[in-house]
Amino acid sequence: MAKEAQQQVSYTVEELVAVNPYNPDILADLENYVNEQVSSQKYSLDANLCLLRLYQCEPERMSPPIVARILIKALMAMPAQDFSLCLFLIPEQVQSEEQFKTLIVLSHYLETARFRLFWDEVAKNRSLLESVPGFQQAIEAYAVHVLSLTYQKVPRAVLAEAINKEGLALDQFLEYHVANSGWAIEKSQGRSQLIVLPPNEFNHPELKKNASDSVSYEHVTRIFPVLS
Amino acid sequence: MAAYDADSSAGGDLAYDPNFVPDSVKTFVVHLYRQIRDKNVYEIHQMYEGSFNRLTDRMFRESPWPTAEAVAPYVDGDHVFCLLYREMWFRHVYARLTPTPKQRVESWDNYCSLFGVVLHGVVNMQLPNQWLWDMVDEFVYQFQSYCQYRAKLKNKTEEELQLLRNFDQAWNVYGVLNYLQALVEKSNIIQILEREKEGLEQFTVDNGYDYQGGSNVLKMLGYYSMIGLLRVHCLLGDYRTGLKCMAPIDLSQQGVYTNVIGSHISTIYHYGFANLMLRRYGDAIREFNKMLLYILKYKQYHQKSPQYDQILKKNEQMYALLAVCLSLCPQQKLVDENVSTQLKEKYNDKMTKMQRYDDEASTVYDELFSYGCPKFITPSAPVLDEPLTNYNQEAYRLQLKMFLFEVKQQQLLAGIRSFLKIYSTITVTKLAQFMDVDEATLRTILMTYKHKMHSTDNDGKIVSNADIDFYVDDDTVHVVEAKPTKRFGDYFLRQILKFEEMISELEKVQLD
Repeated sequence: MAKEAQQQVSYTVEELVAVNPYNPDILADLENYVNEQVSSQKYSLDANLCLLRLYQCEPERMSPPIVARILIKALMAMPAQDFSLCLFLIPEQVQSEEQFKTLIVLSHYLETARFRLFWDEVAKNRSLLESVPGFQQAIEAYAVHVLSLTYQKVPRAVLAEAINKEGLALDQFLEYHVANSGWAIEKSQGRSQLIVLPPNEFNHPELKKNASDSVSYEHVTRIFPVLS
Repeated sequence: MAAYDADSSAGGDLAYDPNFVPDSVKTFVVHLYRQIRDKNVYEIHQMYEGSFNRLTDRMFRESPWPTAEAVAPYVDGDHVFCLLYREMWFRHVYARLTPTPKQRVESWDNYCSLFGVVLHGVVNMQLPNQWLWDMVDEFVYQFQSYCQYRAKLKNKTEEELQLLRNFDQAWNVYGVLNYLQALVEKSNIIQILEREKEGLEQFTVDNGYDYQGGSNVLKMLGYYSMIGLLRVHCLLGDYRTGLKCMAPIDLSQQGVYTNVIGSHISTIYHYGFANLMLRRYGDAIREFNKMLLYILKYKQYHQKSPQYDQILKKNEQMYALLAVCLSLCPQQKLVDENVSTQLKEKYNDKMTKMQRYDDEASTVYDELFSYGCPKFITPSAPVLDEPLTNYNQEAYRLQLKMFLFEVKQQQLLAGIRSFLKIYSTITVTKLAQFMDVDEATLRTILMTYKHKMHSTDNDGKIVSNADIDFYVDDDTVHVVEAKPTKRFGDYFLRQILKFEEMISELEKVQLD
């Protein structure tokens, strides 16, 4: 057993998850990896799902703080659906604990674009969320993403509410994106600013490539013998 | 070993003598053994599908077959043959009778021995793919059945509880997953499929069979185990990992998985369900549509098959799931006409109700989801102290709850869609008035629509599932009808290959 433990150290956690995921012995490694993801701002959904599955099989070994961290990291991955993927693996009794109920409410607000309510709730739960660096920026990125799907030109007030910034902080944010992300600012009929978001296929339908008609290279190679 | 308890819960047939081997069974096992030794796959298939079922119908409708020990003398006591025979023996008990707790555990032991032998690489047989699929399928089924069984603790006798205590390793989830994983790895199936893409393997062309005198058993068990892993992960609620296990198989083409109808249906059903839970409604609709069309066309050819009932059941379940997907994500152009007609016949009323998104809608979503979903399981070992409860529904209740929560979030979108259909441009203020909400709420609804109608695929790319789309310019909503997606490229490729085939067939015709 000792020899095996030595051998395991030389595998990275990612390798363990890929090669030997159904193995209760890697539970501690996976828990450490969650903490590593938090402190170094990395993220691995597969490793976290692996850990949640192990908790599912051995509920006595489940650690609520670790699960909370996994869920916060999943929230930060939005618009990807990681949060619900994790919840599918967490039993109902666990989900009804206070901190998890809060996280579920936060996810609900983000899923339904209720940013005002979201940031209010965040303010009430600073301690829970401040333990994960990068949380604020990740949610801001998600908000910008949803706005980019929806708007060609978005009023300043709407943006402000979505990313929870006002006044000077908002101006700095805008400056940064104008310089680096192709944003532009217009004046809108004497009222406040209009932020012009860069065009993509979702807010500019004419840009939508008829992607479904493109044929993959692999499929084209199938007719090479015929063509020759 | 396999002693059939005459006074067990299976309504003991006291006339059954486990060691009596009727002549027809003698002949059967002798012939089967010989065909396996001679590697006559076609004959083996005839005996496996035909003779076995005919004998069952005639003599073993309500009792098990003779034990493996009883038939062993007629097959030189061949160890592997006995393992195979026993696997069929237990499968028959599960299908026609009710397995006793002891039998459940013994079946697990048998699978461990059987897979152990295969994994050691010493099996030299060629068996029909149908048989190999049935093994993996049954393995997962018995696992699911056992989890359901041991989660119902309320009415268990002390004897049954003791058995659970003593054999706590039987059907444990790690064991099941690790066997499937081991079969995938040891068979090298993933590498084989990769190499096939470069033309270095004939796997699909040969339907997995080995025409060089080798064995197809490990390879095919490995292949089917990928589907087995998809299924187990769906039962646990881990849809993403399930789909990853299936990734080496290209579902956009025919493949070995389509050649046995059971494996075809199981693959598409679980793939579709996983995508439904991942909100990738477009993918789910596409695959369910293809499968339902196939069943519509070809089910008449399977009427005599022992799997016919299963096929029909899965068919109905997929219609229910398709109805759900289309209600959450209306799409005119993804469903074939014939399938659409069937769907309307079965679920037109219910789909109308679901798209209204009120409380009644919730009930219908609940009903259809519950009918169409797999039998979820709780993988953890039961806690065998008082108080004893039945918790076999817990896993299902969790998945249902999560699904209905998602439906509720999409409730806001009901009104929006109907307005988007009528207007090409409309101001935010006006639209808010029509929908009887304030402007801020309307903006929220618009963003929710966008978020929910766009899913993230495995590489993180955003894909639109929306049939009606829009963008907002300051305070005006501009509606965009999604372009119909005609797949010309794919169509031409297929026609080219088809004609090429026809031409070469014609060229072979010799005129006198």
